[in-house]
Amino acid sequence: MLLKFKDDKAVYIQLAESIEDDILREIFNEGEKIISTTEISVKLKINPATALKGINILVDEGIVYKKRGLGMFVVKGAKEKIMLKRKNGFFDSFIVPVLGEAEKLEISEDEIVKMIKGAKANGRN
Amino acid sequence: MNKIEVKGVTKVYNKKTKALDNISITIEPNKIYGLLGRNGAGKTTLLNILTTKIFPTSGEITIGGEEVFENDKVLGKIFYIMVDSAMPWAFHRVFKRMKDFYPDFDIEYAKELADRFDIDVSKKSKVLSTGEFSLFKAILALASNAEILLLDEPVLGVDPNHREMLYKEMIKNYSEKPKTIIVSTHLIKEVASIVEEVIIIKEGRIIENNSVDSLLSEVYTITGRADNVDEYLRNREHAAVDGIGERKTAIILENKQNKDISLANKLELEFGNVELQELCMALTEDG
Repeated sequence: MLLKFKDDKAVYIQLAESIEDDILREIFNEGEKIISTTEISVKLKINPATALKGINILVDEGIVYKKRGLGMFVVKGAKEKIMLKRKNGFFDSFIVPVLGEAEKLEISEDEIVKMIKGAKANGRN
Repeated sequence: MNKIEVKGVTKVYNKKTKALDNISITIEPNKIYGLLGRNGAGKTTLLNILTTKIFPTSGEITIGGEEVFENDKVLGKIFYIMVDSAMPWAFHRVFKRMKDFYPDFDIEYAKELADRFDIDVSKKSKVLSTGEFSLFKAILALASNAEILLLDEPVLGVDPNHREMLYKEMIKNYSEKPKTIIVSTHLIKEVASIVEEVIIIKEGRIIENNSVDSLLSEVYTITGRADNVDEYLRNREHAAVDGIGERKTAIILENKQNKDISLANKLELEFGNVELQELCMALTEDG
């Protein structure tokens, strides 16, 4: 669970993303219970309404669901759903900024590809 | 429900100093509010008036539709201790007196919190240090089980470890027993993610009364070459401009959705977000 919020995005969005990260890393497994909204708000010192807003994003996207009186659980197939969604955003979130910075620094496409291959070979991914 | 309504309240001290200037606000029940503003803006005057510690020169305050003045039933719903209140008694007597004012005061919980915050209950409250006294007041507030808690600088002089513990306890307490909490503080960064609503006072007037989320969605920054920033600022309301050398950053008071992305690209400007503290500082700047 993420402990420090950045100021470039609303806190509830960062919260939803960090829970998704934890599902991808199998810290929260499919079918299992996630941390409660109260625990989230207390641990991260955020308003309970904000925590609920973050969780509700995941409910709306079919990633977690509520079992009345028991808490929030990870939907079966949630991991794949998150991966698919993140892959769709990968180009905009990662490739576009890399190309933008590379242009400023006059790094060629070949050099970028070389760097990626080099990083893979060095196990730095 | 315990909606607080402040209608046209003015407070003039000594016939000349206008501490509050015709303010009207509605405070919704069961939300955490941040009451922000510079020294002397009128925060404490407002809190004192809400609890009839002092009387307004004109205007009206109701809680749950009932007038607060000389209304013990309504006043029993609000917990408030003034910053400099002296309590020359031993703790067990303070706890007992609290129970007289607030019938739901939880003595066991208060003792447990005092223990956790390393406050020696065998002492008298007047021998506490500033930080300990702040904590002691916060403990009384949390244990009061009142429906409305007014906390004036609750972490004044408190070390960071205990501040963190107190914020967490406040959220836990609020989650378990929802209530209205109004926190007046200068440590805006520390409460920015804890408060849901914000009231900003400047020179006795309310200049903002909004949720943190909507407040921050109505503002953004641009950074770039000074002349380009100036061009972007034309016909746009802005709060503060700051610069180093040829670079400038400006806070724009406009909804993020109305950003002119193509103009910013043309002028090579970068967008950024504004934190609550920055915004509050920009809005309460002199002049």
